[in-house]
Amino acid sequence: MKLLRELFFPLVAVLAAFVLGGIFVWLIGDNPFETYRLLIGSAFSWPDGIGYTLFYATPLIFTGLAVAVAFRCGLLNIGAEGQLYVAAFATAWVGIKFGGTVVDVFGTPVNYSWMTLPGVVLVPLAILTAIFVGAAWGAIPGILKARFGSHEVINTIMLNFIAIALVSYFTQYHFKQAGDPILQTVPIGAGVHLPRLGSFVPGLPTRIPLNLAFLFALLACVLVYIFLWRTKWGYAIRATGANPTAAEYGGISTGKQIVLAMAVSGGLAGMVGINEVLGYRYRYYDGFSAGYGFTGIAVALLGRNHPLGVLLSALLFGMLIRGGIFVDAFSGKVSKDLVEVLQAIVILFVACEALFRGSFGKFGLLKRSKV
Amino acid sequence: MIELRNITKRFANVLANDGVSIKVEPGTIHAIVGENGAGKSTAMRIAYGFYTADGGDILVDGEVRRITTPHDAIALGVGMVHQHFMLVEPMTVAENIVLGAETGGVASLDLGKAAEEIRALSDEFKLAVDPRATVESLSVGQQQRVELLKALYRRARLLILDEPTAVLTPQEVEEFFAILRRMREQGKTVVIITHKLSEVLAISDDVTVMRDGRVVGRVKTRETDAAELARLMVGRDVLLRVEKEDAQEGGAVVLGVRDLSVTGRDGKRRLDGVSFEVRAGEIVGIAGVEGNGQTELIETLAGLGATGHTAAGEIKFDGHDITRLDARARRKRGIAHIPEDRHRRGLLLDFDLAENSILGDHYRRPAVTGPGNVFLDDRGIRKRAVQIINDFDVRPADPDLPARALSGGNQQKLIIGREFKLEPKLLLVSQPTRGVDIGAIEFIHRKLVDLRDAGCAVLLVSAELEEVTALADRLLIMRGGRVVGEVDPKVATTEEIGLLMTGGEH
Repeated sequence: MKLLRELFFPLVAVLAAFVLGGIFVWLIGDNPFETYRLLIGSAFSWPDGIGYTLFYATPLIFTGLAVAVAFRCGLLNIGAEGQLYVAAFATAWVGIKFGGTVVDVFGTPVNYSWMTLPGVVLVPLAILTAIFVGAAWGAIPGILKARFGSHEVINTIMLNFIAIALVSYFTQYHFKQAGDPILQTVPIGAGVHLPRLGSFVPGLPTRIPLNLAFLFALLACVLVYIFLWRTKWGYAIRATGANPTAAEYGGISTGKQIVLAMAVSGGLAGMVGINEVLGYRYRYYDGFSAGYGFTGIAVALLGRNHPLGVLLSALLFGMLIRGGIFVDAFSGKVSKDLVEVLQAIVILFVACEALFRGSFGKFGLLKRSKV
Repeated sequence: MIELRNITKRFANVLANDGVSIKVEPGTIHAIVGENGAGKSTAMRIAYGFYTADGGDILVDGEVRRITTPHDAIALGVGMVHQHFMLVEPMTVAENIVLGAETGGVASLDLGKAAEEIRALSDEFKLAVDPRATVESLSVGQQQRVELLKALYRRARLLILDEPTAVLTPQEVEEFFAILRRMREQGKTVVIITHKLSEVLAISDDVTVMRDGRVVGRVKTRETDAAELARLMVGRDVLLRVEKEDAQEGGAVVLGVRDLSVTGRDGKRRLDGVSFEVRAGEIVGIAGVEGNGQTELIETLAGLGATGHTAAGEIKFDGHDITRLDARARRKRGIAHIPEDRHRRGLLLDFDLAENSILGDHYRRPAVTGPGNVFLDDRGIRKRAVQIINDFDVRPADPDLPARALSGGNQQKLIIGREFKLEPKLLLVSQPTRGVDIGAIEFIHRKLVDLRDAGCAVLLVSAELEEVTALADRLLIMRGGRVVGEVDPKVATTEEIGLLMTGGEH
């Protein structure tokens, strides 16, 4: 019952977005039903549709969880974008320095490594590097807020610029292969590649980049839930977010919770690097993130900052991204920008939830105690 | 003057007013009493157009009128003064009063003329308010008179006052009542919403008693007494006096405060060389006008420093210096704290009762379990919450409800239950019955006395003079961040205490 009530408004928002988006399609001069058939059909076809939908959803699950954890502590982490970039670069660095011999863009074997570690050591090391570097980058605005009271929104935005410029610089001047026309690092060793799910799932070809990171994302949802609602640390974080003065009264050091929440948030954002570098491109590719950190805010908002909601809304957004590509290619007049319009309308409706509550309350459709 | 007939108002699933009929005769002072949530403020807000009733009529001077906005009410001569003042502090009295009722042309504002009118009104009712003073320079009592002027300036013939005395000192209450009587003499009608029975008896002509959204009694003030009113309000006989034995003499000193000074972030002294002791088995009360250092004293003793205070001096608990310990460490030693503002400090309103019942102890057993005491023990937490709910009669008795869903009295009982569960050696308690209904007040007072009798040291701060004098075994009076006197609450008179509170400035 409680779950139903929580799901009600996000569902209404999504439905309303589709209706309104349909009107836009119709105004443009295309058939909304045909467009949606294309959008949804292409996102749920087996194996490509589902495989890619889940693949696109993976980074959004991580960033959505990242934003949700910070939000539960009363913080708005706009910096997931920067956190995932530094983390992705760091995990690539581990793969380059400890991954052994690789084949470069010209087809010749090269060894950039200091030493070659076996996969059983290297994979966990690369994963933990992504998490810890993301956490460290996320902790910076947390410390600034706890120590000096400077606002995390400003600081996370600024750190995004620094992060993006920094990794771009390292890629360009220190880790790019001379003569490579693309701004990317040299490849990581094969020992650190995460297996694609196609290797285990019958019928799913390995060319689809859906990889082990997706399972990590599901695991992260469960762990975040346990962390926030089943541990004393989560209690302290949520208490700080719900009412910092009461938390202080309860002997909780709110400054510590802010730093912890931002570090956990950054670590989750950093896990995007696992999917991207270890599971998909096998190198750091500059500017790879299609705004995952920012879309994560929308994902968390739609998912009501709850891991289950984040999972569902990330899947929705993944579906939209996948379907949008097909709409772009196969419909007459509608471009893939429709997807962004749909996303924007969903966000607007979710943000207008208060308005919905008001009008539904008036008609007695929603009984919610005010007292 | 004004009559509500069969007014019904529903908020979501709560029937706030159920067929309420109130008739206010012109030229009288009419008191509306009832516990929190009885619907008295709702009824009056409907009369003032803040809310629109779902059913029923409002009659002004015998005619049915539509009042759907405060604007309609003002046009009909109905004014309202809210419990929390609605004044712009840096602006002058005149500017505040004309705000929303500006005279003059489109672009020009004739403040001079307005100021004259205000002065005339002020003189007529002997309010002694200077229209050119800024509001922030005025005392609380004066600010309230500005609110009165605001209504009078808008030609109000009927003034609705919501809990007007809550913020006043005993002397100010007397002056305020004198003003109300003058208004009545000049032909104004006054409706006063309150839950203080002594004030109802002192000032009103008629009383309407409300309970659970309904009118349960209409009486002439001179034909009733406090016991009858309380019985009507609560629906049963209520013990209005606190019954307690004298405190045991010679308990060990539990709390020793020496030369405690606190300076705010703005550099102002909040506490200035405060020294006192609290012994096991006694209740030490602190009386004083609010804002004279009581809040800072309690918060400093509880180890809450986030308000930017720096403290000097020494706090000894059980013989140990605890001046440098943080809130958690102090709590661990057995200092419980019932904070003055339960919404800001005492509760996580969006958390359920079970989660609220472990605030302060969430990090240690029995709230946590498993290796390293990391995981919350849900079943244990709920069991404890249910115990608190039962022992302290928290209603509704559902540990899964958010704290927000409870009435003020029940929220307070939950906090008190949680703090008592600590089995404290020292209890710091501030405004224990603020916004709490009479039935719960009786219960809370009983519990505090029981805790004292069990040997706990209690330091009690309350703005209700009646409350501190009734509960305390010794009474300290604070003014300007200092302890300016100690009296025996059994023999001291209200006048005597009031004089110490204000420094004889009245």
